[in-house]
Amino acid sequence: MRRQFNTNPIFMVTLFLVGLVPVLDVRAGSGQDLSLSPAGVLSSPLFPCSTCHAGMEPNLQKRALSFHPEIKIQGHGEPRRWCLDCHDAGNRDSLRLLNADTVNFNESYLLCAQCHGNIFRAWKAGIHGKRTGMWDGPKRYVLCTSCHNPHSPRFKPLKPEAAPLRPEETLRR
Amino acid sequence: MENKVSRRDFLRLSAVGLGASVLSGCSNGLLGDDLFRTKFQEMSPNQVKEVLKRLEEKYSGKYGTQFSVTATPAKENVLFGYGLDLSRCIGCRRCVHACVKENNPSRETQIQWIRDLRMKKGVLDLEKAEHYYSPEQVPEEGHYYIPVQCQQCENPPCVKVCPVKATWKEPDGIVVVDYDWCIGCRTCMAACPYRARKFNWKEPVIPKDEINPQTHYLGNRPRMRGVVEKCTFCIQRTREGRYPACVEACPVGARKFGNLLDPKSEIRYVIENFRVFRLKEELNTEPKFYYFFSMGA
Ligand code: HEC
Ligand code: HEC
Ligand code: HEC
Ligand code: HEC
Repeated sequence: MRRQFNTNPIFMVTLFLVGLVPVLDVRAGSGQDLSLSPAGVLSSPLFPCSTCHAGMEPNLQKRALSFHPEIKIQGHGEPRRWCLDCHDAGNRDSLRLLNADTVNFNESYLLCAQCHGNIFRAWKAGIHGKRTGMWDGPKRYVLCTSCHNPHSPRFKPLKPEAAPLRPEETLRR
Repeated sequence: MENKVSRRDFLRLSAVGLGASVLSGCSNGLLGDDLFRTKFQEMSPNQVKEVLKRLEEKYSGKYGTQFSVTATPAKENVLFGYGLDLSRCIGCRRCVHACVKENNPSRETQIQWIRDLRMKKGVLDLEKAEHYYSPEQVPEEGHYYIPVQCQQCENPPCVKVCPVKATWKEPDGIVVVDYDWCIGCRTCMAACPYRARKFNWKEPVIPKDEINPQTHYLGNRPRMRGVVEKCTFCIQRTREGRYPACVEACPVGARKFGNLLDPKSEIRYVIENFRVFRLKEELNTEPKFYYFFSMGA
């Protein structure tokens, strides 16, 4: 999957700020305006990752980490999977595709698409996951990572919202 | 306190033989303009404008916030359809509550347009469903969930039985109710095989800070006691091109919406790529609400 648009950092940052990241290559149908929900990691206190990682020698060794202890790969191809299958060793603010291309966090769907092609196609068509906005106009895609933690991707159970009152309870009101 | 008896009240009350006792309690209001109002569908554009303006003033005053009441008509070449992916739905009721927030049903009598039914896996009989379930977490082992709301039938039995034609199918397929014309006889409720219609037994109560002032005449404008209401595919949103509130609220992305006449729409994708089914198909109601399984089918 090739990126077809300007990823100049200043351009992208400006777009993040207005909350509109163009995704010309996930165009689902007619020439609609499409945008993405911003990646969660961008509002993480750890971001930008390069604050620390730029000054660190990348360590390609698979090992127990003394930092990022909360990150456990669960149900995502472990034990073979390692952080640097997805994170770029050289630039920690980016993700890395199998062909060694890098993509930024807002394009993480391109990372997922490499191994989940069918789901990715369904997502593009607005079937897997969801889009918000206009059914006949501009839409915003919800990123895979808004619903799936990339490290333990199974969708987490939720507490249901309140049940309706039973008829006898309503009558007492 | 409204001391006027509208045409609606009048017809309803006389229908059940209570007219006299109530009539004795009022005098001047009976011949007020409500009684001789024109049916919404027969109003001229100017009359509609006038009515919308009057309603905006009335509601703005009542709820202390600026209301908008529109009557945006159906777009040409649009027929709305809805898809619900049962392999994704987890019964979390986010849709139920987003619908309440959007559509101004009475909080006091707790009218809800969506019912999330919980079913035992392997059971298909809707009558065996439970909708008061309340576990710590969903989904629950051994269960699946079916949200049910108005199915927007192409062949709606509710419309056929209305004695005053206060409910009808719009050109974009949405079945609507003119609350000002409904006499509250509830024949439509009995006719609906999906239990999608709700009745206001009491004057609806909505706290001022929960009211949604963006309304449509045939949709989420405030209702009154004695009228029937139901899901309108969020007519106030969808007629403006937006997705319904339940679609946007669904955390698992199980709800799909769009134009059945547009080959590129999400709903067409659903119909063309999955085996879809509709509830109680044997009744020939032809719902435009399609259930499907995106996986495991
Ligand atoms: C406060 C400093 C700090 C920040 C900010 C930080 N990291 Fe790290 N990270 C570390 C340290 C220290 C290690 C090495 C831990 C070890 O060797 O046990 C590490 C290790 C990693 C590793 C394991 C592979 C390797 O290179 O050793 C990954 C992947 C990683 N970080 C990703 C990120 C990402 C993505 C971000 C931004 C969202 C980020 N980090 C932000 C300090 C940081
Ligand atoms: C399957 C690909 C994948 C693997 C494997 C992976 N990550 Fe990530 N990681 C991501 C993506 C994508 C994000 C951005 C998520 C987002 O936008 O919210 C991320 C986010 C992060 C963050 C930022 C979390 C935050 O929001 O504060 C850290 C830190 C991180 N990863 C570290 C690691 C470490 C350490 C490992 C190895 C133990 C690892 N990752 C393995 C894909 C992966
Ligand atoms: C290198 C290939 C690879 C990449 C990249 C990848 N995945 Fe996966 N994913 C897998 C494999 C393999 C499994 C099956 C894992 C298992 O069963 O242990 C899986 C499973 C999943 C599951 C199902 C989890 C479950 O328990 O039901 C989800 C959801 C998922 N991935 C989401 C993602 C998302 C989101 C991304 C992008 C951030 C992503 N994956 C990137 C290989 C990948
Ligand atoms: C709106 C939320 C949402 C979004 C966005 C989303 N998913 Fe999912 N996804 C789910 C749910 C819910 C499931 C079913 C539960 C589970 O298996 O985790 C699921 C299941 C999966 C599975 C397991 C296989 C299956 O069919 O059940 C994979 C793999 C997956 N998603 C990948 C992705 C990828 C890749 C993206 C982005 C291209 C994505 N998802 C976007 C909610 C979402």
